[in-house]
Amino acid sequence: MALVLDILSWLLLSAGGFFVLSGGIGALRMPNFYTRMHAASLTDSAGSILILLGIILQAGWSLPTIKLAAILVFLLLTGPTATYALANAALLSGMRPEAAVRNNVAGDAPE
Amino acid sequence: MRRSVRSALLLTLLLVIAWLFWSGIYKPLLLWLGALSCVLSVYLAYRVGFFDRPTGLHVLPRLPRYWLWLVGEIGRSSIDVCRIVLHPRLPIDPRVVELRAAPQGPVGQVILSNAITLAPGTVTLDLHDGNLLVHCLTPSSAQSLTSGPGNRLSAELTTG
Repeated sequence: MALVLDILSWLLLSAGGFFVLSGGIGALRMPNFYTRMHAASLTDSAGSILILLGIILQAGWSLPTIKLAAILVFLLLTGPTATYALANAALLSGMRPEAAVRNNVAGDAPE
Repeated sequence: MRRSVRSALLLTLLLVIAWLFWSGIYKPLLLWLGALSCVLSVYLAYRVGFFDRPTGLHVLPRLPRYWLWLVGEIGRSSIDVCRIVLHPRLPIDPRVVELRAAPQGPVGQVILSNAITLAPGTVTLDLHDGNLLVHCLTPSSAQSLTSGPGNRLSAELTTG
């Protein structure tokens, strides 16, 4: 049983590490500010969820598990808030995303 | 008035539970200090007007189902974005989509826009008067945003 938990937790930790790594690669490869943010959100959400779940499996049923779960919840609440602050500040200070605003997703003609 | 008293009691209960879990040391002195800090926190929340508006505490029991859907969404779109990032040609086609938020209150709209930002491939740029401006990495992420159930689920989470 302990072995199964260990294997599962290592799988989660490795997958989380993979997402963090590809988030970093994406932040370097993407061409501009707004697209870089998408890559960073890989690290923010998938990376932090998988890594913290992996650590929780290592901690077992104890108080640290509850604290780790709380850390996960707070990360998932504050991460997108910080991202919004960053994106909104960029938008309001006049950095326009290249793509035109479209209401219809499929349509190609910019308004 | 009744509603604000109820949410004050609920907030106190949540703070007490959180304090008991954080501390792990249950000596009389620390228990008193914990009770004092819980009461102080509720008083400060009252002073900054937390109970004047709808607090959003009523969504708590419905959150697990919403989170389950959100985790599935994050997993799916993480794999999509990962594939794009590691693709040799980097096949992105970013676009900005306007979306009318289905949730009426500010709490539901914030939950919706945070959920959109959490899912990789979509970032909320602006939320104003219930109109969301969302930056999407690919047409398919824009498609799943506008036709997916996220907007409706966020509205169901917070209404009633």
